[in-house]
Amino acid sequence: MCLGVPGRILSLDDADGALVDFWGVQRRARLDLVDQPVAPGDYVLVHVGYAIRRIPAEDVEVTMALYDELLHAAAAEDDLMRADVRGEIDTCAPSGGGPRGSD
Amino acid sequence: MVATDPRTPSARLEFRDPVRARALAERLATLTADLGRAPIALMHVCGSHEQAIARYGLRHSFPQNLDVIMGPGCPVCITDTPEVDEAVALARQGVRVLTYGDMVRVPGSSASLADARADGARVEVIYSVAQAVEAARQTDEPVVFFASGFETTAVATAAVLLDDPPPNLSILSAHEHIPPVMEIICEMPGSRVQGFLAAGHAATITGWGVFEPFVAHHGVPVVVAGFEPLDILAALVRLIELVKGDAPSVEHVPALRDPRGQPARPGLAVGGVSAHRRALARHRPHPQREPAAAGQVARPVRRAAALRHRPGEPVARPAASGRPVPLRRHHGWRGEPDGLRALRQAVHAVGARRRLHGSTEGTCRIWHAYGGHPDLEVPRERAAPPATAVATAA
Ligand code: SF4
Repeated sequence: MCLGVPGRILSLDDADGALVDFWGVQRRARLDLVDQPVAPGDYVLVHVGYAIRRIPAEDVEVTMALYDELLHAAAAEDDLMRADVRGEIDTCAPSGGGPRGSD
Repeated sequence: MVATDPRTPSARLEFRDPVRARALAERLATLTADLGRAPIALMHVCGSHEQAIARYGLRHSFPQNLDVIMGPGCPVCITDTPEVDEAVALARQGVRVLTYGDMVRVPGSSASLADARADGARVEVIYSVAQAVEAARQTDEPVVFFASGFETTAVATAAVLLDDPPPNLSILSAHEHIPPVMEIICEMPGSRVQGFLAAGHAATITGWGVFEPFVAHHGVPVVVAGFEPLDILAALVRLIELVKGDAPSVEHVPALRDPRGQPARPGLAVGGVSAHRRALARHRPHPQREPAAAGQVARPVRRAAALRHRPGEPVARPAASGRPVPLRRHHGWRGEPDGLRALRQAVHAVGARRRLHGSTEGTCRIWHAYGGHPDLEVPRERAAPPATAVATAA
């Protein structure tokens, strides 16, 4: 569960949340805990619905490649790491409503 | 404990670079060649590290005399029975208990939350503590969130606690802080762990300085690394170098982060959004341990007093187990054959019945998913250079 999932910030809201794109899936993540100021276009690592780290620009490609491989390579459909990454995306509230929780 | 320049041989790896991987495997072999039959034992403390090691078949490239031991990296592994009992007791009293999925089937002394649910108790699985807030907002009745996990997850619970949570929301915390867990492992009789591989994401929360007191006290080096297979190999190389060298320290293998490794992000007390982090540091330190020094993380959100449960609500509170950190039915932390046998049985149990408490981060599930267990049988003669030998060698 500590694996986290990287996503790209699409927009920020007033309540310390953000709309984040994960491979075309849009979800809301909380920004309370992120280690650096973030802006739309930045990549963040999200864990249990909270962005915990801004991914430095120079690391984005490598990070996304790793997760791409986890999500899409020809590993078994029930691959544990893939399940964990998908699970992390599911920890974020759907993009429709406000951010899940403490807004 | 100098936070050395992370750009050591292992610095800045490219993703799945086969040349680099081969070089690292060769370096591992060279480094362990003169060890003779005495194996070097390193431990990781994160289920995701075990996942990556198993998924990418890294053990295959480890020299024979390198043991990489699965540490207490699954939230299930580290949750103590009394904590589960307390959650079960609350659920049985009719309180609504929300928790992360892995906790539902963890057995307490007589029942799991799943058992309680089968008997009609209200136990709900959620993915994020924010959902617990949402649930509590929609009702007046008490809602208890049974929280588990290490720093990466604890910090989310802390954020909620600090953000004016609804008064009917209580947190029953089984969160753990990893350095005390590592200390306990080093102090276990017969422990043969000579170095630790720590998880990059958790260090993102705490800063890697959090390991420095541990390294100073135990003389056991720590290398923080991400989950990319090359990171792990590089970290193991660096760890062995540190074990064989004479200055144990905390280092960082940087592939998934800033190449400079941000070594100067000490503890939760300092940092960008420090309110949450400072609050973490204010919370009670690990019971039976020294209070955390300033700037060091105390045990995160450990049963934050006011929020623990509603005043006056009867809670069956089993006596403390007397162990500072639960060593739940684990298996192989010292790499001893008995432990491995037990873990192997657990692997088979998952296969046979799919009903073990196995979290996706539990070694039992991981080994089952990625092709059984690696051959880790440690003959007794080969066992344990005592931890003290590490301090002298290191
Ligand atoms: S059996 Fe699996 S889930 Fe249980 S403690 Fe061991 S590794 Fe963790």
